[in-house]
Amino acid sequence: MTSPTPLPTGRSRRRDVVQRPPAVFVVLAVAGLALFVVPLAGLLVRTPWSNLATLLATDVVTQALWLSLVSSLGATAISLVVGLPLAWLLARVEFPGRRLVRGIVMLPLVLPPVVGGAALLFALGRRGLVGGPLERATGLVVPFTTWGVVIASTFVAMPFLVITVEGALRNLDGRHEGAAATLGASRWTVMRRVTLPMIAPSLASGLVLTWARAFGEFGATVTFAGNLQGRTQTMPLAVFVALDGQRDAAVAMSLVMVIVSLVVLVALRGQWWPSR
Amino acid sequence: MDERPRPDIRAVVRPAAGALVAGVVVAVAGCGAAASPDPAATSPGPAATVTGEVFVSAAASLADAFAEIEVAFEHRHPDVDVVRNLAGSATLREQVLEGAPTDVVALANAQTMAALEDAGLTDGPAVTFATNTVTIAVPAANPGGVTGLADFARDDLLIGLCIEGVPCGDLARQVLDAAGVVARIDTNEPDVRALLARIAADEVDAGITYVTDVASADGAVVGIEIPSADAIVADLPIATLADAPNPAGAEAFKAFVLGEDGQAIMARHGFGAP
Repeated sequence: MTSPTPLPTGRSRRRDVVQRPPAVFVVLAVAGLALFVVPLAGLLVRTPWSNLATLLATDVVTQALWLSLVSSLGATAISLVVGLPLAWLLARVEFPGRRLVRGIVMLPLVLPPVVGGAALLFALGRRGLVGGPLERATGLVVPFTTWGVVIASTFVAMPFLVITVEGALRNLDGRHEGAAATLGASRWTVMRRVTLPMIAPSLASGLVLTWARAFGEFGATVTFAGNLQGRTQTMPLAVFVALDGQRDAAVAMSLVMVIVSLVVLVALRGQWWPSR
Repeated sequence: MDERPRPDIRAVVRPAAGALVAGVVVAVAGCGAAASPDPAATSPGPAATVTGEVFVSAAASLADAFAEIEVAFEHRHPDVDVVRNLAGSATLREQVLEGAPTDVVALANAQTMAALEDAGLTDGPAVTFATNTVTIAVPAANPGGVTGLADFARDDLLIGLCIEGVPCGDLARQVLDAAGVVARIDTNEPDVRALLARIAADEVDAGITYVTDVASADGAVVGIEIPSADAIVADLPIATLADAPNPAGAEAFKAFVLGEDGQAIMARHGFGAP
């Protein structure tokens, strides 16, 4: 795991000292891990392996999986486009009420998703604050559409991107950017050539977390966007529906979600995180 | 497949319906409240021996009627705390099949209860305590200009139904099939109260709910009678469970629902007599 030859930096030396963890820590860590592993084992024990393929090869499952992938990637893309600038503003610009703004941006992390979904409905529903005028002007109704799913997913997932990128920007050593600016680089060039490459690992992990949260999103979606196969019924909703009576199908779909999520999280961690 | 009993899943949260969330809050609050076993208290009448917590799982359509029954029952048995767990009948069935400790189950149709009876989980056969039927439900202003079942095929309307497998969803589909209408559904809600909330909020133009739900919506929802629905009546069954943690309480609650006072409350909420 760690290189046997001592590296010259102070950080590595410290790592050697803590190489052997205290026994009590190991016990507690295993207990913590059990909380994650045992439910997975419960799922595996219930999995109907013999007819797994039949259970998964249905329109309900394929449409829900497709919808989940599309809407979670859409939410991730929107989060990147508007969340990155938001993180930059929060990290770099002093403005009155910044702490409040940061709190509002972080709110979906702690808010029950159902509350978020209800709030979205009061805002974007066809009798809502914005949704009402929108419908009268254009005839568009956001709930009960795939866009509604994307918006609900973005609402709950984007804070992961903002919080990760803002942290990275705050910890960034400003001297590199300063040097680039001194050498005549425009602000845009500094951002593109210095800042973004330096925060790339954090940005990548923020994007993965955002995607993962959006992929598993349930509460805000069912409250705001409704539940219709092929249009708003994502995998979590399909599992929720199947749990009432088609337990085998629900377990099979849950297993698919676990595998997809695990593959992405494990594969991308090796790729983008420093996996020392 | 094998059904292993699981530990307490009373507080399983199905975050779909406001009414349901309230029900869970009640359930959680009830779990914390210790029963006061004080037989010397000022309990009138001969039935004062019933004490403790009575855990009642009731179909979402029973929310209002059972809220009133709870108050009346607790009034008669001051040492009893009724805890209501409200959800779609299918959800309740699954909870009980998974071993959720429950005293009384009251569901929206007989088929759903049959699964519990067949599994030997009920204490004897269930008893019908009320009947119900379905109606078209639209927002008070009827923005879609809905007049009958045929409007459910219109593409320009937002149509909501209960999901298949939930009694109100199955009844709605029966009614639509009988009328030869292919509904253009925009959302399938997990239970009837979730659907009712969408109609009351004017988020969908029409749905099919129970007659009793429309009555409970305080004017926010208007019913449009389905002439053929008279033929499609759901029998609502109630049963105590064989493994009821509080058998005496369960029996007393069931008797109360079937008795004069309980039946009067059911009738007042628009349910038909069994």
